[in-house]
Amino acid sequence: MSQQDWPLWEVFIRSKQGLDHKHAGSLHAADAAMAIENARDVYTRRMEGISIWVVESKNIHASSPEDAANFYEPANNKVYRHPTFYHLPDEVKNM
Amino acid sequence: MNPSSTNFKTKGSDKETEALYNYTLHLADNALIMGHRLSEWTGHGPALEQDIAITNIALDLIGQSRNFYQYAAIINGNGCTEDSLVYLRDVAEFKNILLVELPNGDWAKTILKLFFFSTWQYFLYKKLKSSFDQQLSAIAEKSLKEVTYHIRWSSEWVIRLGDGTEESHSRIMNALDELWPYTDELFIASDYEKQTADNGIGVYTNSIKNEWGEKVRGVFRESTLLFPETRLLQTGGKDGKHTEYLTSVLNEMQFLQRTYPGCEW
Repeated sequence: MSQQDWPLWEVFIRSKQGLDHKHAGSLHAADAAMAIENARDVYTRRMEGISIWVVESKNIHASSPEDAANFYEPANNKVYRHPTFYHLPDEVKNM
Repeated sequence: MNPSSTNFKTKGSDKETEALYNYTLHLADNALIMGHRLSEWTGHGPALEQDIAITNIALDLIGQSRNFYQYAAIINGNGCTEDSLVYLRDVAEFKNILLVELPNGDWAKTILKLFFFSTWQYFLYKKLKSSFDQQLSAIAEKSLKEVTYHIRWSSEWVIRLGDGTEESHSRIMNALDELWPYTDELFIASDYEKQTADNGIGVYTNSIKNEWGEKVRGVFRESTLLFPETRLLQTGGKDGKHTEYLTSVLNEMQFLQRTYPGCEW
């Protein structure tokens, strides 16, 4: 199938105004215009979004799983980085 | 909008009502048969994404046809329903243009057929929006957003195939040869189109011929396709004279209701 010649694209959908675009999935397309249309047809058919970003997957650089130990574990015991030592007044509901 | 909730009041003569009924069926049949043809691609699209895209469009069109059929059933008033209009009418009672009943052929032919059809629907619905008939006007307005996307999607494919590889170009050229003779019927008015247009309800279909031609010419230029100037007329669909292809479509579509009348699931 010709699809195998098409590059892979990552799709980001913003579900409503004021929210961030969130990664929705990936798909194949020949170019950016086709990727946006495909994303519209594949990922927004149930009213999931009002805005679409597409990025060719090859342009995304990822951290490596081998780095996990020195990347993330040092954050483990730094409890003082969390804003948990403040007294919240009762009037503040949504924190 | 729920067309079935509207009370139809017979205005004017019976002849006018009959023309409105036939015109509404014509609009419904076009959308249904085109939608049915596109639905035949479900599970067979050239790529997963295109499979979903064309199935979405098929569903849009079948949804449009339901709105028209529900309204037609109200106009008719003799107890027929959207289901009986679709599943129990004979081939000679269908009023769709011949273009939509033609077999899908390859991807290029399906795409070009959809592009011709959507462009026609677009300009038709744009005018139908100002119809004196509120129901038709409301359905047209609602459907127009869908059709706008159908044109965009299909025209980009026409350009991609026309201006693509040697093979894609030759395939869309073949599609053009096969489909072109069926495009003139779009603009030749049947009696019910004339009558409803005279009453400010329908659209004079020849009045959108130039806009249709301009749009098609523009896309053809980008696709490196030549706009044919000659036309070999293939007409009759609007008056129930169909190709044998519609008979096969209906055989498949109506089989269950014909074999097990009233069957539900």
